[in-house]
Amino acid sequence: MEYLHIGLAALGAGLAVVGAAIGVGKIGGSAMDAIARQPEASGKIQTAMIIAAALVEGVALFGVVAALLGVLTTPA
Amino acid sequence: MIAHKSLKIIVTFTLALALLPFNAFAKADPEAEESKEFNPTDMIMHHIGDSHGWHFFGEGDSSFTLPLPVILFTEEGGFVTFMSSEFHHDTEGHHVVEKDGMRFVNYHEDIYKLGAGAETVEFDEEHNVLNASKPWDFSITKNVAAMFLTVILMLIFFFGLAGHHKKNKKAPAGFNNILETLVLFVRDEIARPQIGDKKYMKFMPFLLTVFFFIWITNLLGLLPGAANVTGNIAVTVSLGLFTLALILINGNKDFWQHTLWMPGIPTFVKPILAVVEVLGLIIKPVALMIRLFANITAGHIIILSLIGLIFILESAGVAGISVPFALFITILELLVAFLQAFIFTMLSALFIGMAVAEHEHH
Repeated sequence: MEYLHIGLAALGAGLAVVGAAIGVGKIGGSAMDAIARQPEASGKIQTAMIIAAALVEGVALFGVVAALLGVLTTPA
Repeated sequence: MIAHKSLKIIVTFTLALALLPFNAFAKADPEAEESKEFNPTDMIMHHIGDSHGWHFFGEGDSSFTLPLPVILFTEEGGFVTFMSSEFHHDTEGHHVVEKDGMRFVNYHEDIYKLGAGAETVEFDEEHNVLNASKPWDFSITKNVAAMFLTVILMLIFFFGLAGHHKKNKKAPAGFNNILETLVLFVRDEIARPQIGDKKYMKFMPFLLTVFFFIWITNLLGLLPGAANVTGNIAVTVSLGLFTLALILINGNKDFWQHTLWMPGIPTFVKPILAVVEVLGLIIKPVALMIRLFANITAGHIIILSLIGLIFILESAGVAGISVPFALFITILELLVAFLQAFIFTMLSALFIGMAVAEHEHH
């Protein structure tokens, strides 16, 4: 029972990863569709995709930071 | 069909990897050595945290450590300075350094000034310190030294580039050419689209500094023995505060009116909207700060965990899996280093652009 907080923190980080994976997956999918429609615009689409992916990852990493806080700042 | 030559390479590589696990059975008798339990958390925190001396490799007295100045400001004694080597690699609060009648110990890289008669720092159950006080710590720690290194590199690169332009009218060659391409990238892809052609020049120094500082620091942090600077929340909070300061100072009348007293909304909603907008104003740099900190720290923790897996499982064969994975993650971190610098700079430019934007009035 004394390691419960670590398990829960890891579970929380896992949920954040699920959110990130769904988000970035959707971005990648839309980017593929757009490039398939208009191959000559692939440079711009790629740039926009990378930017959007970095923003979504940022939000997912808030979750990771919260999990790290749960693991590290517990009263021992 | 795979070409004959690549097939030979693949088969040789796989056979070589398959021989690695046999190394694990040939280990010497483990009970003969001192049984210090390997604690992966401590190893990881030691590598991503700050420290007063720059430790490269080795343990205890036989380690290769670069001592750095410890600069403390105490209320009674003023400034106290000594080199971190006086702690003799002790971070458990046992070795006492005496200066000017005051006694200091290093407990987990926090320096405490011991109260009268105390031999070591004692904590109660909530980890409040009982018999010592913390002086103001202005030391040149590992992160500060690494930041100085980045600053020196940036000064060398950019004074070199500027010097070239003072002498020749032609386009620069070699490394200067790369630097100039990057500077133009920041100007044409980040500053001008976000801030607008009339006002971008004023903010170019800040955007260029932030972009190159974050990128070079991230890259240097990937080298062995390097410091994890942008993974230190204090560094990223300072960068976020710079952006916030620029937004607040350069916000024009339209920006403040839209933030505090948004026109075109029924009056009873305006105070609520003002609270929301002010919160948003503060949360945006906070998001910048957390995004950079978490991305870089997470990357370092993944690499360290993969290598630490070899020591947790106590088998050299795991290296066959860990090292290629860690290599792959390190290559990904190269991309992340650039991407995080780019995102930070682009979002800063976006927020500044929103603050100085001219609106046509209806």
